[in-house]
Amino acid sequence: MAGHTAGRTLAEKVWDAHVVRRGEGEGAARQPDLIFIDLHLVHEVTSPQAFEGLRLAGRKLRRPDLTIATEDHNTPTIDIDKPIADLTSRTQIETLRNNCREFGVRLHPLGDAEQGIVHVVGPQLGLTQPGLTVVCGDSHTSTHGAFGALAFGIGTSEVEHVMATQTLSLKPFKTMAINVEGTLRPGVSAKDIILAVIAKIGTGGGQGYVLEYRGSAIRALSMEGRMTICNMSIEAGARAGMVAPDETTFDYLKGRPHAPEGADWDAAVDYWRTLHTDEDAVFDAEVFLDADELEPFVTWGTNPGQGVSLSERVPDPEDFGDENAKAAAERALQYMGLEAGTPMKEIRVDTVFLGSCTNSRIEDLRAAAEIIRGRAKDPHVRMLVVPGSARVRLEAEAEGLDQVFKDFGAEWRFAGCSMCLGMNPDQLAPGERCASTSNRNFEGRQGKGGRTHLVSPVVAAATAVRGTLSSPSDLEPAAPDAAGRAA
Amino acid sequence: MEKFTTHTGIGVPLRQSNVDTDQIIPAVYLKRITRTGFEDALFAGWRKDESFILNREPFSRGSVLVAGPDFGTGSSREHAVWALKDYGFKAVLSSRFADIFRGNSGKQGLLAAEVAQDDIELIWKELENHPGTEVTVDLAARTVRCGTITAPFGIDDYTRWRLLEGLDDIGLTLQHEAEITEYESARPSWKPRTLPAKS
Repeated sequence: MAGHTAGRTLAEKVWDAHVVRRGEGEGAARQPDLIFIDLHLVHEVTSPQAFEGLRLAGRKLRRPDLTIATEDHNTPTIDIDKPIADLTSRTQIETLRNNCREFGVRLHPLGDAEQGIVHVVGPQLGLTQPGLTVVCGDSHTSTHGAFGALAFGIGTSEVEHVMATQTLSLKPFKTMAINVEGTLRPGVSAKDIILAVIAKIGTGGGQGYVLEYRGSAIRALSMEGRMTICNMSIEAGARAGMVAPDETTFDYLKGRPHAPEGADWDAAVDYWRTLHTDEDAVFDAEVFLDADELEPFVTWGTNPGQGVSLSERVPDPEDFGDENAKAAAERALQYMGLEAGTPMKEIRVDTVFLGSCTNSRIEDLRAAAEIIRGRAKDPHVRMLVVPGSARVRLEAEAEGLDQVFKDFGAEWRFAGCSMCLGMNPDQLAPGERCASTSNRNFEGRQGKGGRTHLVSPVVAAATAVRGTLSSPSDLEPAAPDAAGRAA
Repeated sequence: MEKFTTHTGIGVPLRQSNVDTDQIIPAVYLKRITRTGFEDALFAGWRKDESFILNREPFSRGSVLVAGPDFGTGSSREHAVWALKDYGFKAVLSSRFADIFRGNSGKQGLLAAEVAQDDIELIWKELENHPGTEVTVDLAARTVRCGTITAPFGIDDYTRWRLLEGLDDIGLTLQHEAEITEYESARPSWKPRTLPAKS
């Protein structure tokens, strides 16, 4: 990635600014660069063995002031004032608390106003900023690339490496431009863009690449929308996703607790404005997507690349040319309990999950609330609404969104990863079918035997109304609510 | 880390693409705080099915996993590598690995060998026709051998060197501590710090 004489891409600029030591050698024999890490996010699942490694080696945490921890994967979303019932979960949480105390790490525990999903907490505190390198023992760290940061998930050995050295040994990534031009139609959102991108390039298509999302449709997105897109870059196999910072980014950051202030703000913004791909820069690969033609998207299978437009049908495995893809489709349909040729909109769900690091921010909750306001939930569907952080929950309550969800018949929960993954009490039962705003539809991801359809927040909301996978345009006009508002 | 030069063991054909890390080790097993003892968690969901390959002799004693493309996708959980190692696997062969999984393997001395899909197909047939056939993975020569098949495999030079030498990454990096300190002293003062906490 480094070493071009011509213009540089955004990812290359951020990389170059963090090289502590360039790897020796050239070409394939070149050793990794040593890259400085600006921000290390920590949660309870992937850190205990790393802290233990430090302790065994007698090493310190090099930069507690660039490290922050929260509790999210194991935490329950009800009765959070009571001890965690699952003993192994409770032990893991207590281990994090002890480790943070011992090594001097700032921790936002369950019950704290800044607790929540690690990828929601960083941005809302203003810690996630353009041009930073951000890592976490969590693949969805790619979320933070929405700010023009180079942000990626790492394994526990690398977590320990960052703790000990505040650096990582890394080979430069390749760069891929994802150009999305045009205007999204009503009811189509950021989630649909990224699901369409993954369906187009496949779950391995981004392997070895940093994706840079560009074009008018990306520029028009809010920070929340950009985070949704960058979040799922990993689902295309990419190490990271990025969006160049612009006025939308600066507006989001200004005034946040850890954003620069005064002269520092001006200096920072001057630098941030240089963080864009130069006109003469060359990407290693390019992909084009027409935003005007996008429809709400939904997955039918057991990997995030197995998706179609909501108006289409469950595909026939026989139509896949590649033998591996055909076998994977057959297996997926069997697991999902679906017949080829069934219209997606005729698929009935048991549960709707609105939450996860992909879609649990205030804008996601607002969008879903707008759809359900003045409408009734299908009585056979249960709906869980799980804000991404305690702060988002408070903000939503200040706007009265909690009441909209409760009136609709949804469960209003406390913040956490919740039903995105089966590590806490919020799980699907075997065979239970769920429309989920999360990021992974793998076998058993939301609970053993559970069946997941990935969707956007507005599709999730419309599905909760009708009981079958639905887009907002399928809904009857809503009755005006007490305030005279209707969707 | 133990040095890896060459390994010979029973090959296990796993005819499946997109084996994600939620399948390699379901999330419920990630609540542990230890670094070992994950052998029971490996493919825990699939092992409930009696016909699953690891429930069949002699494959249950296998140490070289031969999988379809896009192995190790999804979550960054290093537990996936720990589970494979704890079960007894020394090497995984696939035409394409997810980046994070590949990186985690390199840190833990599990060899992720990139073998062309055509060669994977040949090895699958050999292992299915002659269960118990051993696969030899020779890191120095960058080749895999199985029956009469000899195929090259890809691995980046740096990871190969580290595996051959059994080197610890943190120790290597700390040799350059002065350069890290120098870099730190030149960072702009407006870059964010988590301490003191603001909210």
